[in-house]
Amino acid sequence: MTEPLSRDDVAHVAKLARLRLTEDELVRYTEQLGKILVHAQDLSSLDLHGVAPTAHPFGLVNVVRPDEVRASLDPAPVLAQAPDVEDGRFAVPRIVGEAP
Amino acid sequence: MMLPNGWEMVVGLEVHTELKTKTKLFCGCANEFGSAPNSQVCPICLGLPGSMPVLNERAVELAMAIGFALNCTIQDSTFHRKNYFYPDMPKDYQVSQYDLPINARGYLDLPDGSRVSIERAHMEEDTGKTTHLGTSGRIHGADRSLVDYNRSGVPLVEIVSGPDIRNPQQARDYVAELRSILVAIGASDGRMEEGSLRVDANVSVHKPDTPFGTRCEIKNLNSLRSLTRAIEYEALRQIDVLEDGGSIRQETRHWDEDRGETSTLRVKEEAEDYRYFREPDLVDLAPDQAWKDRVLAGLPKLPAQRRRDLEALLTNPTDAQRDGVTTVVDLDLDLYVEGVAQAHGDVALAVARAANELAAANEKLANLSVANFVTTVAMEQSGQLSATQAKTVLGELLEKGGDPASVAKAKGFEQLSTDSLSATVGELITANPDEWQRFKDGDDKLAQFFIGLVMKATKGQANGKAVIAELQSRR
Repeated sequence: MTEPLSRDDVAHVAKLARLRLTEDELVRYTEQLGKILVHAQDLSSLDLHGVAPTAHPFGLVNVVRPDEVRASLDPAPVLAQAPDVEDGRFAVPRIVGEAP
Repeated sequence: MMLPNGWEMVVGLEVHTELKTKTKLFCGCANEFGSAPNSQVCPICLGLPGSMPVLNERAVELAMAIGFALNCTIQDSTFHRKNYFYPDMPKDYQVSQYDLPINARGYLDLPDGSRVSIERAHMEEDTGKTTHLGTSGRIHGADRSLVDYNRSGVPLVEIVSGPDIRNPQQARDYVAELRSILVAIGASDGRMEEGSLRVDANVSVHKPDTPFGTRCEIKNLNSLRSLTRAIEYEALRQIDVLEDGGSIRQETRHWDEDRGETSTLRVKEEAEDYRYFREPDLVDLAPDQAWKDRVLAGLPKLPAQRRRDLEALLTNPTDAQRDGVTTVVDLDLDLYVEGVAQAHGDVALAVARAANELAAANEKLANLSVANFVTTVAMEQSGQLSATQAKTVLGELLEKGGDPASVAKAKGFEQLSTDSLSATVGELITANPDEWQRFKDGDDKLAQFFIGLVMKATKGQANGKAVIAELQSRR
């Protein structure tokens, strides 16, 4: 079997997740994640024709709540968690570009 | 608008509408505009560890109503996490619908008879509001940004059209019709300026019978005027680039309303990788037929049908009358016009008064009952009130309420008695013998001259038709 994923795949995913990995870590995670993928591939060897995909173990659907207002948090302790606050709002470093 | 040298524009629109619910999509925080910053947040919409989202039932129903109104298939759907790093979402992901949206494959028919396909209309959560501080007041050049999470988690439906739009006017008509529908079904307040309805435009150009060109996505379109201006600018810009031998790169561009141009916001170098995956904290949405039927049964008559019904009350409606009907439907004034029709009154006159006088004081309609509108129109129709007087009476009723007869009396709009009118006409004929002779000799234009004099003499209290009748009787 070919390598389930490459060092570059891991580097790419790490970049998307904003993780800074050392070269050693890249090698280690490539091996560990590879084992997980191989394990998942075991399922592919099963004959699953006629079995509907399942995203959730409970088979629940339509879990909803009524549209009724509940108390929000007091802003003061919420804002107190932030490194920087201005004007009742979270202050963050300068943003380059617009939201995706 | 015609593009030069046989170019054709291809436009698809993405319209985001905030849903008019009491609470957010996944938590009970209030969905309310204009509250103190960060006063409508909780562990769920702040994405604190261990918090669990639960879907808002009303938001689902409004989303389904949008689907029905846009002739979509309402299907079983799922939620995904769209992962990205930007401070407008404290969770670092937005919950959205990805490969299985609640509404798919619909269409919207426009008043000009064209049909725009709808690819999907899916649910997602809104992001927080960021304000960029800095000298320029714009994103470029800001040194820091402030974030208010009150909007974070507010329910949205994103309506994605097919690439079926071919000119700016059609784009405008599409958004106007869509807005009208969203307001009519109670899904949205439709306010583009406040951001509760937001439009992004995908614009490309090509020559007919050749493949579509590379598209650019235009953001920051906050009004119908911005929409049409930006699309026109962008199509012409792309044509300039292509005719100079250049090529269009796929990118997101920002519309600057003051400068009237688009500029690059970010380039899509590779397909964006949001690492979409199923939101593990939410289960699938699979509305059964009974639930869908309930939503469908609650759907009001849509604007297109309402316009058709009102136009059917007019004989050979003019373009101006059709425009009037559009205004009447947009502002939900149908009942006033229908009231006049039921009373066998002058529907054209009712449309004119509703589309102008009522539309101008739309927020004061509570003061004016349908019955009082019907009475005022009847008084104008019968000549009891002149057009100017009828407008004044409606203005007064809208301002302070009351009944038309009392208002007319208080304003001194008593009908001139026939005797009094006759006397006035007699005096004016004596004072203007030459004009009277020409009128008698068959110059009908002079009727307007005498009407003008009578109006002046009676301070507008005379009725034009009555004056003509009096003139004719003496001719």
